[in-house]
Amino acid sequence: MKMFLNALREVYGLFVEDGSYTAALLVWLVIAAFVFPVLLGPAWRAPVWFAGLALILLENVARSARKLRLEARKVVDRIET
Amino acid sequence: MIDWTHAGPSILASFLAALVEFVEALTIILAVGTVRGWRPAIIGTVAGVLTLAALVLAFGPALHRVPLNALQLVIGVLLLLFGMRWLRKAVLRSAGIIGLHDETAIFAKTKTALRADESAAPARLDKVAVLTTFKAVLLEGLEVVFIVIAVGAVGHMLVPASIGAAAAGAMVIGLGVMLHKPLARVPENALKFAVGVLLSAFGAFWVGEGLRFHWPGEDLSLLGLVGGLLAVSWIGVLIARRPAATPGEMSLGEVR
Repeated sequence: MKMFLNALREVYGLFVEDGSYTAALLVWLVIAAFVFPVLLGPAWRAPVWFAGLALILLENVARSARKLRLEARKVVDRIET
Repeated sequence: MIDWTHAGPSILASFLAALVEFVEALTIILAVGTVRGWRPAIIGTVAGVLTLAALVLAFGPALHRVPLNALQLVIGVLLLLFGMRWLRKAVLRSAGIIGLHDETAIFAKTKTALRADESAAPARLDKVAVLTTFKAVLLEGLEVVFIVIAVGAVGHMLVPASIGAAAAGAMVIGLGVMLHKPLARVPENALKFAVGVLLSAFGAFWVGEGLRFHWPGEDLSLLGLVGGLLAVSWIGVLIARRPAATPGEMSLGEVR
């Protein structure tokens, strides 16, 4: 049972590493599926879909970099004190 | 019928992705073989390969029964999550924010862990060694199977994608048998960067197809997606590399 749960956890980990990143991608997918057809003309849907994915990646990279730097600072401070 | 003129991106994506996964599995197998002997390492590897084959035979034929649009959407979403996760990590690694994947360190760590457990090894069959290689082969192999299916299932590209993965497997196994040590000089982050871009591009494309979006240039827009993601990732690396903006932030370079 433990091995099965571990295997499930590993398979889950293939797709999800940063929960907020995965959630943002899935929310964007839902918007693309249900809101795009109402608001956007057919020619715009694919480019806007891609632009959103690009923005999600850039926002997450910037936020993760800032967060990891702060964590590194805290570790160094703890060692120095 | 396979359109071989469109097969290139599928072969390349599955070859590069499988190369990374096979190198990771080989590192564990070599560590187990070196420390605990080759018999349990080979038994675990063969058991892992057989389990994978059974899973593919059991679930593979079901793919043809799923309606194309639903398949494009489901595969696209999984591919997108998988690829974007790799891409995010590769960008952060390229920017020096997180450490590079080091096969030599993983090889040493696995060896140390197995040596620490050596006294508990049973006389007849070394279960720890068998399970370690079984798990490595099964998990890394599942990733390869997923990538081959994801890249190949929706464009009649299963054969080219399988050829790409098989070529990567043959290359890594051949080098592993020759060298008997982990392939530490494989530029893994560069590979993961390329694979992240390719898989994310395929994922974005298939989701769009599943949602019936009109891609300018049809299938050729895949090349545009690859180029666009490369450009965005490069910008991502520049953003992540920016020097500390607020007091209290620190770059990894400063930590070192």
